[in-house]
Amino acid sequence: MRLADLVAGIVFLALNGYAVLGGADFGGGVWALLARGTRKDRQRELIADAIGPVWEANHVWLILALVLLFTCFPAAFARLGIVLHIPLSLVLIGIVLRGSAFTFWRYGGGAHGDEAQRHWGSVFAVASLITPLLLGTAVGAIASGSVRAGGTGSGAGFYDVYVAPWWTAFALSVGAFALVAFAFLAAVYLTLEAQQPELREDFRRRALGAGAALFGAALLVLTLSGSGAPRMRAGLIFAPWAVPLHLLTGATAVTALAGLWRRRYRLARVAAAAQVSLILWGWALSQYPYILPPDLTITEAAAPAVTLRLVLGALALGAVVLLPSLYYLFRVFKSRSQPSAIGRQ
Amino acid sequence: MPDLLAARSQMAVSLAFHIVFAVIGIAMPLMMVLAERRWQVTGHAIYLDLAKRWARGTAILFAVGAVSGTVLSFELGLLWPEFMRFAGPIIGMPFSLEGFAFFTEAIFLGIYLYGWDLIPRPAHLAAGGVVALSGAASGIFVVIANAWMNTPTGFELAQGHAVNVDPIAAMASPAALSQTIHMTLAAYAATGFAVAGIHAFLLLKDRANAFHRRALVIALLVGAPAAVLQPISGDLSARHLARHQPVKLAAAEALFETRAGAPLTLGGWPDVERRQTRLAIDVPYGLSLLAFHDPGAVVKGLDAAPRDEWPNVPAVHLAFQLMVALGTYLALVALWTGWRAWRGADLAHNTWLLRAIALGAPMGFIAVEAGWMVTELGRQPWVIYGVLKTADAVTPMPGLIVPFLAFTLLYCFLGVIVAWLLYRQIIRSPDIPEWRGFYMPPAGRGNRKAEG
Ligand code: HDD
Ligand code: HEM
Ligand code: HEM
Repeated sequence: MRLADLVAGIVFLALNGYAVLGGADFGGGVWALLARGTRKDRQRELIADAIGPVWEANHVWLILALVLLFTCFPAAFARLGIVLHIPLSLVLIGIVLRGSAFTFWRYGGGAHGDEAQRHWGSVFAVASLITPLLLGTAVGAIASGSVRAGGTGSGAGFYDVYVAPWWTAFALSVGAFALVAFAFLAAVYLTLEAQQPELREDFRRRALGAGAALFGAALLVLTLSGSGAPRMRAGLIFAPWAVPLHLLTGATAVTALAGLWRRRYRLARVAAAAQVSLILWGWALSQYPYILPPDLTITEAAAPAVTLRLVLGALALGAVVLLPSLYYLFRVFKSRSQPSAIGRQ
Repeated sequence: MPDLLAARSQMAVSLAFHIVFAVIGIAMPLMMVLAERRWQVTGHAIYLDLAKRWARGTAILFAVGAVSGTVLSFELGLLWPEFMRFAGPIIGMPFSLEGFAFFTEAIFLGIYLYGWDLIPRPAHLAAGGVVALSGAASGIFVVIANAWMNTPTGFELAQGHAVNVDPIAAMASPAALSQTIHMTLAAYAATGFAVAGIHAFLLLKDRANAFHRRALVIALLVGAPAAVLQPISGDLSARHLARHQPVKLAAAEALFETRAGAPLTLGGWPDVERRQTRLAIDVPYGLSLLAFHDPGAVVKGLDAAPRDEWPNVPAVHLAFQLMVALGTYLALVALWTGWRAWRGADLAHNTWLLRAIALGAPMGFIAVEAGWMVTELGRQPWVIYGVLKTADAVTPMPGLIVPFLAFTLLYCFLGVIVAWLLYRQIIRSPDIPEWRGFYMPPAGRGNRKAEG
């Protein structure tokens, strides 16, 4: 394997980390928006408690992916910044509103559930909808091969260069898929966070529903990919790795749903995270060796080998510090009862 | 508004916004940890309350710092794709290391904020210590990247492309040392004085309030030494400029002509057309002395560079004067405080000292903003000094005024909310009646004198 491929794999791993951890935080926002019934305040509380200690750390996966991308694949980063300026700017506004609204919601002062805090809860929830949708759309645009040097390459007008690449049915369907996938992950994780059986059942039902919706969204993406992303579709169907990958993804999906059905929540959590990761890797493999299809390969976009080697060294060193710290974080907060948020004292 | 101007303004607004939270994120954890440590040593509940309140404020500010930093990382590509295409492989290294520092910081901040009752006390204190260290480290790494933009090293140019890239040499660029020292000190000085100023203000209204007295002492412990060191480190920065970025120094000092025995220009308004500075006070030989520690030394003026490579001289000069004036004030107040404390005086009963500290509350932050104006405006028209012009780095995307206005509004909105939340949460005095007066539980007796 070439050095650049290895580094690209690591960038993608960081993106993967963001999807299964940060993505679930967005999904939590979706469920906060959709909280219904007599337990809706308790549902929101649960979501906030689950996200509180970890959202900062989950968010940094995105930064890591981004920093590695511009260090190691500057040509790809530059082109993404130009062609996807509009959706990425909107993603940013979503990230800013989501992060700050969440914190204001938690630390907003006053009694719990007062008027001002409820507003922040809504801002947090709505921003959680927009960001995954547009992030997924950007992924869809890349997969469809329309992020070229001059946008779609079909013209030089503003629309052709800055809008047409991502304003397509296919790209938007990928956005919808991302949103549903994140909501699914969140619901599955929340079954484990919930302490009371009723809350657990609430999220079990939501997880099952979202699982079904995810299946529908996948079908939609697949249908639209016929005209929207023929290259990716061909890869996903005919490549030698395609059949094993599909079988594995299918197996994890079935395991996740069966785990939910039989209330084996730990199993469901692992399977759901694996399912989403496999889908992401399917996308990556389908466009290999391109980083931005149809014309920019990983090798062409790569920084000089010195930089790649140094970054690999830094990654190895960083991992020695980070992995035990992350383990500690999740052990402290994700394997016991409710956190004692200082926001509540 | 031309697109280049819009892009520059958006970058400037984003950075000016982010730096406030970054500076707090560097220094506030240190103060939290000091307060918590006092609590563990003295068993004095007031310190625990202090640590928790500061932690609560830090949580809000850190979140805004994290999201505004994310915006910046994206903006490097959204606004300056050509800059990143060129610079990414060369200065990606400090950014990647910064990424790890953030990660560590975010993980341990989560543990610190939510783990009060979940982990043993020493582990909790250690988590706070890690937050403080990694916060300082992230600031240092990003400033190293900025230093490279001022004094680019670690590559060779061949037809507009960088070859023979050496990221390690790029990290050791000549500006790195003076800038990182000055910035790190600035973070402690600005935050320390801001917090001390708030508590001094509240003490003026409620002298005996034990809570504010403790807070004042800890904040000054962090802020005052840094404020004293800051002019010394600023002198190091200025001497660095004289050697490596003479045009920036000339603009900062409004020195139009290259000359030996250059005077130090205080105040005044530089008239760029006439090439002279009106209404200024000249200290003979001052600049040569400061820049080279030799009254006869030759200092390069703006005439050493072609006219179209001059930065905006009045803006740089005024920002520089502002920073130096504020820095001088803070250093003097810090010395005064240190002298009173050394003489064993009770700071909380020195009305004039409290007033002086309260007045200093916003000054550190204003100096930080002004200092960055000097550095960034003074580098213009280059984004990478002598290598890449800002105008050649900007995105081809038209209509940049729209994102500029959108982000500016967003930041104004966030700024107002944060200020309001802090006002509601942190500034309020605690409601525990005993703390309204001198209060010292038995366990803390031994320390009475030191803390008064
Ligand atoms: C609390 C904040 C603060 C205070 C009191 C001072 N500064 Fe400063 N200064 C900064 C905060 C700052 C800064 C915002 O942190 C800068 C911007 C870039 C940097 O490295 O530090 C800066 C830059 C900066 C530069 C430009 C460095 C460069 O571009 O490489 C010089 C020459 C000085 N400063 C000099 C001084 C002097 C002589 C001071 C005497 C009192 C002083 N500063 C006080
Ligand atoms: C001198 C300038 C800067 C300093 C001193 C600085 C320092 C810091 C610090 C201490 C933090 C931790 C968060 C906090 O405490 O609020 C932070 C956050 C961040 N900064 Fe900056 N920064 C600077 C400029 C920049 C620039 C130019 C970028 C982007 C290119 C950037 C990107 C980020 C990011 C992505 C975060 C969020 C990390 C997280 O999620 O925790 N910063 N910065
Ligand atoms: C946080 C403190 C900082 C502040 C307040 C600040 C301020 C500014 C300002 C005012 C400009 C606009 C200059 C102009 O175009 O006239 C600017 C531009 C820029 N800054 Fe900084 N800056 C800071 C730190 C940094 C750091 C740490 C980096 C990178 C590592 C950076 C990268 C840039 C870039 C890429 C531009 C755009 C190109 C240019 O105008 O030169 N800045 N900044």
